[in-house]
Amino acid sequence: MSELATRPGLRMPRILKRFDPAVATAFACIILLLILGSFYSTSFLSPEYLLQQLKVASFLGVIATGMMLVILLGQIDLSVPWAVATGGMMACAAAAFGPAGTAFAIPFGILCGMLIGFVNGIGVAYLRIPSMIITLATNAVAQGLMVVYTGGFSPQDSATFAMREIATGEIIPLVPNAVIIWAIIGAATVFLLTRTTFGRAVYAIGNRERAAYLSGIDTRRVVLIAFVISGGLSAFGGILLSGYASKAAQSMGDAYLLPSIAAVVLGGTSILGGRGSYLGTVAGVILITLLQSILSVMQMPEAGRQVIYGVVIVAMLLLYGRSPASR
Amino acid sequence: MKEWRYLVAENRGTLLAVAIFVAIFIIYTANHPAGLTANVAQTAANKGVLLAFVAMAQTLVVITAGIDLSVGMIFILTNCLASWLVLGTPGETALGVVAVLLCGLLCGALNGAIVIFGRLQPIVATIATGAIYFGIALMLRPFPGGSVNEDLADALTGKLFGIIPSSLVVLALVVLVVWVPFSRSLYGRTAYAAGSSEAAAYMSGIPIGRSKFLAYTLAGLLASIGGLFLTFFTYTGEAAFASGNAYTLFSIAAVVLGGVSLFGGRGSVIGAIFGALAFRTIGDLLFVFDFDPLWQPLFQGVVLLVAVSLGAFGLFRVRNRLEWFL
Repeated sequence: MSELATRPGLRMPRILKRFDPAVATAFACIILLLILGSFYSTSFLSPEYLLQQLKVASFLGVIATGMMLVILLGQIDLSVPWAVATGGMMACAAAAFGPAGTAFAIPFGILCGMLIGFVNGIGVAYLRIPSMIITLATNAVAQGLMVVYTGGFSPQDSATFAMREIATGEIIPLVPNAVIIWAIIGAATVFLLTRTTFGRAVYAIGNRERAAYLSGIDTRRVVLIAFVISGGLSAFGGILLSGYASKAAQSMGDAYLLPSIAAVVLGGTSILGGRGSYLGTVAGVILITLLQSILSVMQMPEAGRQVIYGVVIVAMLLLYGRSPASR
Repeated sequence: MKEWRYLVAENRGTLLAVAIFVAIFIIYTANHPAGLTANVAQTAANKGVLLAFVAMAQTLVVITAGIDLSVGMIFILTNCLASWLVLGTPGETALGVVAVLLCGLLCGALNGAIVIFGRLQPIVATIATGAIYFGIALMLRPFPGGSVNEDLADALTGKLFGIIPSSLVVLALVVLVVWVPFSRSLYGRTAYAAGSSEAAAYMSGIPIGRSKFLAYTLAGLLASIGGLFLTFFTYTGEAAFASGNAYTLFSIAAVVLGGVSLFGGRGSVIGAIFGALAFRTIGDLLFVFDFDPLWQPLFQGVVLLVAVSLGAFGLFRVRNRLEWFL
């Protein structure tokens, strides 16, 4: 995959060389989906609809950002579902504690998510437990804690004004706040990945952790920080979601694990780590949101949606996500 | 004497799993109000066997250094299918069972084809196929319902000679029919070799592709046996997303508890079965100690977290820090 992308690129103009074919394919698929949708209904190309889609996409976008950092390291974060739910539920819970609780609701929710990420990071980086297992385990623990906290019922607390505002409000007319927040987080991530030693270290570890360690990078600290960021962003995604729905729900995160991984991978980030750009993740997030939206506009039942969803992911991965044959 | 020691060293994970299970089961029965009666054993066996089948499925794939995150969904899909087909006269019921097993085999083969011939990463590929299987399950059973041949169901979930849980007998039979021939065949040994070092296995000229494909396919078959049993216990089919996810998660937990290395090439189905039984008993421990059932998910999660962290003790033996990075 990377050989294909870089080797012929030696003769190509610089701008083309930097353009990953996977990202190009993802953007082409977005345009194709929009064209297909516009055949079905002309409102698909209206700015209102597109902005609405961007708003929905920004929830997934925030969560997928954390997932991308972890996947770039060659790890995976399967604790997303309950990190999302914990973020939303804890922020709403804090809101029940008077004005001080209301003021600190959002940071408190993010902090809880970072705590989950911290346990993940300690397990992966310092105890050398495979990330797939430790994140599944922390997911189970987070679920257990939330079940005990809510007593098995749907939580009663509702979102604060600030939470509702960042998810649904519009500071700049017509542009939803959630989109602005995603743009800020995205810009920060691009800066982090391309302009800081931390970002370089993330790519280095994803390629070969042993080599990165021998070049003097404190690989364990980098992995730990990446997992903490991922947990925090998942929780923040949960806070946005509960602001959108004005309350948190038990299984609000379940619908975000597969899409967040799929968005990152469809955007050309290698699941083995070390390769991928944030632009690709943005493309993957928009692609998946549009696909979901078009399927629901066509009134496809949930069952059909799941099947099409799985088929599309496998098909797109077969197009450009294949690993080289063993030799 | 020496050979005996090698045998113990080779099966250390499996033996540890058996020991853990025995210890927990003793605590469980000692505190159970009824003690160890045939009925208590039957209930425990029936609960444990479901997870044991799914964990066996997961083991086959994990041995090849892969992972199958769709086992829970194959389990749910075959449950829904069985609630339509395993009905009627003995002949029809038998056909239905065969059809359900074939469905599982087909799901596994699809996973295998995508992972091996499509050369996709098993994590992503099986999450995606899992979505497909769950979608089909939801088409089959938009609402919980259906029924099953109750004579067969009662026979397979009851007691043999009034004392032995028949689900355990079926479990043992499946081990004998599926696992023993597989692990002793060229394909089984190739699966271990490929999991241990794919490059070395490739150089030795053994059929890696075919044996991995077989492992994924058999995993689908084993998950479908689990799905059949779920139908026998509940008499209905239900496309429950949370339950499918939970079984996938628990299967990985059981495999880890059972001493199967997630890096591939080490462990056995026997270990995973005892891991599954132990994991189920741990979950039920709370009931005999009269805890609120609300605490069960947290307790299971903490046990899982502690169990996986125990593996970190191997780090103390590491002399060279470069060995941290496999």
